[in-house]
Amino acid sequence: MQPDRNPFSELRPALERDEALAEANRCLYCYDAPCTRICPTHIDVPAFIKKIASGNLRGSARTIFESNVLGASCARVCPTEVLCEGACVMNDHHARPIQIGQLQRHATDWALDAGMLPFQRAEVMRPQLGTVGIIGAGPAGLACAAELMRLGIEPVVYEASGAPGGLNATGVAEYKMTRLTALVEVDQLVQAGITVKSGTRVGTDISIAALEKQHAAIFVGVGLGHVGKVGVPGDELAIDAIDYIEQLKVDRPAAEKQTRGKRVAVIGGGNTSIDVVTQAARLGAEAVWLLYRRAESEMPAYHHEVELARHDGCRFLFSTHTRGIEKGDGGLRLALESTDPKLPATLDVDLVVLATGQKPHLGFFADIKDLVVHFTRVQVDPTTMRTDNPMYWAGGDCTSGGKEVVNAVAEGKLAARSIVAHLEVTRG
Amino acid sequence: MADSPFRKNLQTTFCGISMPNPFWLASAPPTNTGGQIMRAFEAGWGGAVWKTLGQPVVNVSSRYSTVDYDGKRVMGLNNIELITDRPLEVNFREITEVKKRYPKHALIVSLMVESKRETWHEIVKRAEGAGADGLELNFGCPHGMSERGMGSAVGQVPEYACQITEWAKEAAKTPVIVKLTPNIADIRFPARAAKKGGADAVSLINTINSVTGVDLDSFVPRPDVGGKSAHGGYCGPAVKPIALSMLAEVARDAEVRLPISGIGGVQSWKDAAEFLLLGSSTVQVCTAVMHYGYRIIEDLCDGLSNYIEDKGMSSVSELVGKSIPNYSKWEDLDLNYKVVAQIDQDKCIGCGLCYTACEDGAHQSIFGTPDLEKNRTHCEINQETCVGCNLCSLVCPVQGCIDMKKIDTGREKLTWKEYSQDPAKHPHLGPHH
Repeated sequence: MQPDRNPFSELRPALERDEALAEANRCLYCYDAPCTRICPTHIDVPAFIKKIASGNLRGSARTIFESNVLGASCARVCPTEVLCEGACVMNDHHARPIQIGQLQRHATDWALDAGMLPFQRAEVMRPQLGTVGIIGAGPAGLACAAELMRLGIEPVVYEASGAPGGLNATGVAEYKMTRLTALVEVDQLVQAGITVKSGTRVGTDISIAALEKQHAAIFVGVGLGHVGKVGVPGDELAIDAIDYIEQLKVDRPAAEKQTRGKRVAVIGGGNTSIDVVTQAARLGAEAVWLLYRRAESEMPAYHHEVELARHDGCRFLFSTHTRGIEKGDGGLRLALESTDPKLPATLDVDLVVLATGQKPHLGFFADIKDLVVHFTRVQVDPTTMRTDNPMYWAGGDCTSGGKEVVNAVAEGKLAARSIVAHLEVTRG
Repeated sequence: MADSPFRKNLQTTFCGISMPNPFWLASAPPTNTGGQIMRAFEAGWGGAVWKTLGQPVVNVSSRYSTVDYDGKRVMGLNNIELITDRPLEVNFREITEVKKRYPKHALIVSLMVESKRETWHEIVKRAEGAGADGLELNFGCPHGMSERGMGSAVGQVPEYACQITEWAKEAAKTPVIVKLTPNIADIRFPARAAKKGGADAVSLINTINSVTGVDLDSFVPRPDVGGKSAHGGYCGPAVKPIALSMLAEVARDAEVRLPISGIGGVQSWKDAAEFLLLGSSTVQVCTAVMHYGYRIIEDLCDGLSNYIEDKGMSSVSELVGKSIPNYSKWEDLDLNYKVVAQIDQDKCIGCGLCYTACEDGAHQSIFGTPDLEKNRTHCEINQETCVGCNLCSLVCPVQGCIDMKKIDTGREKLTWKEYSQDPAKHPHLGPHH
C-alpha cells in the first residue's frame, strides 16, 4: 500500500471520460454475450457499453438499471473477475478483458450525479392486486420493491434499522464502495417512490399477523444476523466482523482508536474475513493475522481478495484452529492448534474479530408458518423464490447464506415477477 | 536523416523529373512555405507540390474539421482553407531558395488563377522562372475558389479543363500535371479533356465535397465560423477507396494513357503500394502529415523499399499499374468461382459476431448455438448454403480464424456475358439453386 495515499480511497478510481470512451470502443459487441449471460441480473452489457461509446450516458444508465436498480453498487462491489470480466471473450483473444465494472460505474455515476431515477413506477398501477410487504430494505428487498412498482404493484418496505440500504451501506469495505455512494443510490430508489418504513422491526413494531392481513404477499429479505460465536472458551472476548466494518463506515474515529497500533487477529476464511484484515491494516494496525482452520486452497474468499490482503501485509495462519481466547499481558492470548508443527501454539493480540459466518435470524423465521430453514438458509423454489408458505417469497442472503449484492438483486427481481404473476392469477 | 528515402529501388522519374523516392507532399498546408518544404525534404520526402499559387486570398479562422471513428481521430479531414494567402513574390523567392538547396527533389508548383489566357501565361512563366520542376493545375479545389469560377468549377466542365490546360501548355516549358476533382459523375471525362489539352500527366483525387458533421448543441455544421459553416473538401484515410477506384478508372482508360500522381488517404507504405499497383507513378500525401508530421516519410520509404525487395523487384516502376490487368468489369468475373467460409474452432473466441452478421446482414449460413458449458457462442458454417460473401471473415476479430476456402467446382470459367446468352445451360447457377 502506498503510504501517501488515503488508505480508504477506492482501489480503482473512476475512469476519466476519454478512458471510458477508449475502453468502450474496445468492446467487440458480442452476440448473446457471455458477460450478460453470466451476470445474475443479466445486464445487457454490450448494449450499455455501446451507449457509452456513442455518448448516450443516460441510455446507458437506463440499460443497466432496467436489469439492476443497484447498478452503481454492483459496478463497485461485484467480483467482476469471476463474473462478467472473467467471461469476456477478450480473455481468449490475448487481451485484457473489457473493464465492464468500471464502465458500468462510469454510466451509473453519471446517473447518480444527474439525479436520474433508477426506475419508474408503472403508468397504470394495479391496486386491485393488493400490496406487498417487504421485510428488510437491503439489496434484495429494494430490488424486489422496484420491480414490483414497475409492474404496477405498491410495496411497503419494513426496515428494522434506522435507514434503508442493508449491508450495502454498512457492510462493504470502504475502498470498494464508500458509504456515501451507497446512501445516494438508496436515496434515489426512495425518491423513485419506494416506501420504506425505517425503524420498524417486524415481529416487534408490527406483528407478523398484521403484516399478513395488510398485504397480499410478503417478501422476506432480512439477510443474516450477527456472526456466531465459535464455541471456544473466551470467545465472548472477540468482536463481530460485521459490527467492526459497520463501525469503520459509520464512525471512523472510533474504529481508528480501536485499531491503530494494535495487533489484530481475524478468524475466518471468507470474503468478510478479508474485508476485516484489509480494513484493519489500512486503519493502522501494528500487525494483522488471519487464522483459518483449513488450507489456503479451501478458502471461500476470492483469490484476488486474498492477494489484496497479502499486499496489505496480512499474515496468514492456515490449518489453524483457535482453541481458546484469554486475557493476557495487556491484551488477548489465543490458544492455537495446527497440523503444522512450525506454526505457533499461542498468539498475543489486542483484538480478535470473528468472521466465521453470519447466523440466520432463526427466531424470526420460526414465527412464520411453514417457513423451512435448512442449515442457515430459508428454503425457496429457485425458479420463483417462493417459500413453502404460499404467501411468502424470500431472497438475498437469508436464502443464499451470503452471496453478492448482484445475487440479492437478481433474487429480489425474480421474486417480484413471481409475486405479480401469482397476484394476477389470484386477484386479477 | 535515415537512409531509407534514398534507397536505390525507390528512385523515381515522373515526366522526366527525377527524385529520390515517389513520395510527394500534396499541395496543401504542409507545403505552404519554403521553410516547411525544406524541412520535409530534409526528412526525406521525394517531392512536394507547392501550395496553390494564384491571386492571394483571405482565409477564415476555423478551417478544419474531422470525422473520428470509434475513438480514432482523423479518419477523415475536411477543410475550407483556400489557396495561398501569402504574397506571390514571397512564394517565388522561397521556391528559388528551396530548389537551390534541394536540387535533387521534385518541386512542383500548384497553380490556380482566373480563367484568362494571359493570366495563366503569366503565372506559368513566373513559377518556372522561380525554378519549378513542373506545374500542377488545380482544377479540383471544391470550396470557396469554385464559387469564383476556379478550382473544381473548371474541373467539372471538361471543355474548360481542356481550354485552360492548353493555355498553360502554351507557356510552359516544364511538365504540366492536371489535378482532377472527384466531384463529378465520371472522372474519365476531365482526364480525357486534360489529355486533349496537352497535359503531361494527371493527379487525382482532389478533395471531395463534404460536411463532416453538425454540432448537436449549437446546430452549426462543422467547422463553425462564427455561427455559420460551408461545405469543405474531404480527405484522409476515409477517402482512399474512392481515390483508388477513380485512379483505376483513369489508369485503364485507353483514351487517357498519361502518367498519374495518385492522391487520397495515403497513410502507410501499404496504401502507397496500392496506389502504385493501380497505376500511379508517384504518390501524394497530405492528411497523414497534417496528423503526424513529416517524420512519417521514414516508414513510407522503408516499408515500400522492403516490399519491393521482398517481391524480387528492383524499382518502384515495376509496381506501377501491375494490378490493372486484374481490375475488370463485373461482367468479366467468373460466376463459377466459389469460396466458402471455414472457421478454425481452435482460434474462435466465441463472440458470435460472424453469426449475427451472417444471420441479419448476409445469407443465414452460420449456425450459432450457445455453448453453456464454456459460456460462448459456438458457430458453425453451413457450407451448403454459404455463398462465400466474405462478411463473416471480415467482421471476425481474430486474425486467421475464419478463412474463405476455395472450392474446386470442376467447372470452366463462366462470365455473365457467356451465361446470359443461354442461362438454361447452367442450371447450377439458376435462381432456385
